[in-house]
Amino acid sequence: MKYLVTIAVLALAHVAALPAVAQEPTQPSQQAQPWKKIPIPELPAFHPKQPRRIVLDNGAIIFLQEDHELPFVNGFIEMRGGGRDLPASKTGMVSLYGDVWRTSGTASKSGDAMDDLLEAKAAKVETDGDVDSTSVGWSCLKTDFDTVFGLTTDLLLHPKFDPGKLDLAKQQMAAGIVRRNDDVGEIASREAAKLVYGPTNPYGRTPELAGVMAITVADLEQFHEKTVIPNGMIIGVTGDFDSATMEQKLRAVFGGLKKGTPLPPAKETFNGPHPGVYSVDKTDVNQSNIWIVGLGTERSNPDYYALSVMNQVFSGGFGSRLFQNVRTRLGLAYSVGGSYGASYDHPGLFYTVAATKSASTVEATKAMLGQIDDLKTEPFTEDELRRAKDELLNSFVFRYDTPEKVLNERASLEFYGYPADFLEKYRAAIEKVTIADLERVAKKYVDRSKLAILVVGNTQQIAAGTPGQPGKPLSDLGQVHPVDITIPMPPGMQAGPSQQQP
Amino acid sequence: MPKRFPAPKHWMRNWSATSLIVYTSLLPALGQTSSVQTEATPDLAQQELAHFEKRVTTKVLPNGLTVLLIERPEAPVFSYYTLVDAGDANDPTGQSGLAHMFEHLAFKGTDEIGTTNWPAEKVALQKVEDTYAAYDGEYRKRVGQDPAKLKQLREAFEAAKKDAQQYVIPNQFTEIAEENGATGINASTGLDSTEYFWSMPANRLELWAYMESGRLGHPVPREFYKERDVVMEERRMRTDSNPIGRMVEQFLATAYVAHPYGRPGVGWESELSQIDATEADVFHKKYYAPSNIVIAVAGDLKASTTMPVMEKYFDPIPGGPKPEPMTTVEPPQNSEKSVIIREATQPFYIEGYHRSDYLDPDDQVYDAITDILSNGRVSRLYRSLVRDQRIAAEAEGFSGFPGIKFPGLFAFYAVPLPGHTPQEMRSAIHKEIDKLKTQDVTDDELAMFKTRARVNLLRSLGDNEGLAQSLATYQLRYGDWRELFRQLDKIDRVSKADIRRVSNKVFTEGNRTYAIIETVPEHEPAASAPKAGGL
Repeated sequence: MKYLVTIAVLALAHVAALPAVAQEPTQPSQQAQPWKKIPIPELPAFHPKQPRRIVLDNGAIIFLQEDHELPFVNGFIEMRGGGRDLPASKTGMVSLYGDVWRTSGTASKSGDAMDDLLEAKAAKVETDGDVDSTSVGWSCLKTDFDTVFGLTTDLLLHPKFDPGKLDLAKQQMAAGIVRRNDDVGEIASREAAKLVYGPTNPYGRTPELAGVMAITVADLEQFHEKTVIPNGMIIGVTGDFDSATMEQKLRAVFGGLKKGTPLPPAKETFNGPHPGVYSVDKTDVNQSNIWIVGLGTERSNPDYYALSVMNQVFSGGFGSRLFQNVRTRLGLAYSVGGSYGASYDHPGLFYTVAATKSASTVEATKAMLGQIDDLKTEPFTEDELRRAKDELLNSFVFRYDTPEKVLNERASLEFYGYPADFLEKYRAAIEKVTIADLERVAKKYVDRSKLAILVVGNTQQIAAGTPGQPGKPLSDLGQVHPVDITIPMPPGMQAGPSQQQP
Repeated sequence: MPKRFPAPKHWMRNWSATSLIVYTSLLPALGQTSSVQTEATPDLAQQELAHFEKRVTTKVLPNGLTVLLIERPEAPVFSYYTLVDAGDANDPTGQSGLAHMFEHLAFKGTDEIGTTNWPAEKVALQKVEDTYAAYDGEYRKRVGQDPAKLKQLREAFEAAKKDAQQYVIPNQFTEIAEENGATGINASTGLDSTEYFWSMPANRLELWAYMESGRLGHPVPREFYKERDVVMEERRMRTDSNPIGRMVEQFLATAYVAHPYGRPGVGWESELSQIDATEADVFHKKYYAPSNIVIAVAGDLKASTTMPVMEKYFDPIPGGPKPEPMTTVEPPQNSEKSVIIREATQPFYIEGYHRSDYLDPDDQVYDAITDILSNGRVSRLYRSLVRDQRIAAEAEGFSGFPGIKFPGLFAFYAVPLPGHTPQEMRSAIHKEIDKLKTQDVTDDELAMFKTRARVNLLRSLGDNEGLAQSLATYQLRYGDWRELFRQLDKIDRVSKADIRRVSNKVFTEGNRTYAIIETVPEHEPAASAPKAGGL
């Protein structure tokens, strides 16, 4: 059952509930329901400790979250600016940066020497580059804190990007690129994002060999120079320490940093996919990955709460409409999921996905489309609403049941400019959602004419079927646009026979 | 947002994807410690054990079920982990995939949950079984199969399923859990064992005990044949449509001639597609005896009030004998075996050597070898194949594949960089193995292994899910959860000579099986692929 949850969790911590399916009207149970008699005591009041927030004069923000259960100190330093702040021609650069920054090391200690020193203490210092930010983080025993934190800040302030390590990272990335068509799931998620966001949009584009090979050490240095500035920086520390002492240590390092010029806000356009049926042919598989995709929304949208509840009903978990129908009732898929996605500062992905045997591809796609349509036509019931809310609210405690989760949540809200009490308000807002809200948002946001259908599978088998299982051609779903996933090979690069796509 | 806190990477798990890897990931990860103990660490592990002695309560119920309660009142939640000492290695011949199929069935409810009328449903389900048996009998006839009769029997079976369906409240079991705030609802079946787990708010503990005891003690064959289709999709996803999945299946089938570790956990397609609910019921009766199960619950609970709840719900499950141990022992392999796959996917290399099971006194020596070869950027295989020779994108060696309970493999794999061949991976790996056999590892390497084992064990203790899993596993495998801490002593005793001795014993040509993926263009028939080695 592993994969199912992976897919469901793509929806970002939204699990869901929904009652028995409409097709099989649940007769009032003639059975006793013994579980309803089991006492559920009041949950003890729980007020998770909030991290202490400190703002330095230069704009750096520190969060300190003490947690004395185990003798470790973990932390991160996070900078604004990532892949979306670079031109499309530099796609992949931030990922290389996040890798080479650490493997190169600093002016006084090579990355390799750092590895030896840290691993002997079972400690970690790692760097990372993402679409909107970069970071350096550490984890160590509290007795090693001074050493490990010293290395972390040395890496932050005195990195020395090494051409040899850049070459190594490029080769690694090239290996990933030439292998990217071996895994059907990977192809599907990549091409789906491309359809929705566009091939040059930072949320849709993928690194290509020629672009990756052209990245230089100077590119990385310039990016570092521009992004490592205290204004906008977020520093988070959690673990077994004393806040007053820790504050002093952090002020000593970060207090003296000079303000820099913040990056201009990233400007992207989000138009959504060109509707239609898109097909990637893979002759070595007997199962199709089906993605029905469009644009989602942002968490700042006032309808976010109603959409969250709608998500629960639609695809939140074992009890959701989608799971009930496509997996349980029809037995058409093992992994099935979906979400009207909401991101912090750009439209998320609205996706409905399933993997089904070649012969039932068209049938499963139609069932999925039917579920999407039903959001507007199949009335939400009181029972569905209650279950969805119970599901969201009763599991709410898992959003903040560890000090580290609380710290992470606060840092995310800070990073994206959301109020610190967003989580508490979320809870209250979910409670207020009504059936009328669900109907309203379903009508407003669910629009099949704006969705694209992507099928990655064995086109011939999809149409012809297999013994005992007649198939149906994809053209039954509409005009089919083949998608070429051939990997562009720059002249002079030999990768052995690559994926041959007709 | 980037990953904020650094976590070790484990690429292998991505493709060994099936739950086969559960133990191989757990034990080595916990099995790594420090001898050149940094001042603080040795006592810390001792202190933690002393601390846990006060927080862990163990009880074997009269019916044989072992219960562990771990008090960790950090937040008003709990996590549980049910560990059944039976997995797909226990599938009877001709029924591969059965343990996994049963795991899916356990989500379909009980005689109280998921039905509108159990007495009527029970009768209807028996009809489903009877009609299926009749159909299956005809279907399997190799001589004299009557197509008209087959069709008629099939229709009778379909009608019986339809009739039974009227009583079903689909997914009610998981819905109750979800409505009550359960998260991480899941299960996994490996070759060694089957696990069920989720987390819930602390005030739902009694509800959980009711539900879990119900499905362990009173599962019902509800929607069995529809779920079988779902599992067939799982097979298509993990194995048939995944180049690495296809390769691993052939690799293990070649490495083992007698022991069920050579069978895919999800089952061969022909066998999986013919498993029936009667077989699942027989499996349950034999292997889900309470004496074969350990349940651990960790979180905001008090043993004094929780143990009576556990007794109330779990002890009524009828007891039964522990299943007899398996007789099959894989015979020694005496010459190298190979699998060559030629297809239009990227090249790959994996090899494996038969080793002993987890109870072998050398178990921690294998952990040491795994750590020194594979753990992070300081590891030998990374530094040699990835960093210095630049021929591989990844390279690792790891133990306990596809399981630990019975003698598994110590496996090595490498992912070639563009332009490099599996053959280059093979010789580079063999050079590293030869080094292990002929030269001692360094003091630093050995010390690093021991330190990391100790510290990573400490790291794992602050998490309900991880605690429930670790303690249940050690309780089941060693008869005492304290072994989680005590194994640190065994780890401290691993010597350089041990590493050389074990390497020389196990990493021999005759004990080796390897598999290669060689890339050929898609439209070239694999059978006529011209070259034997070159890419």
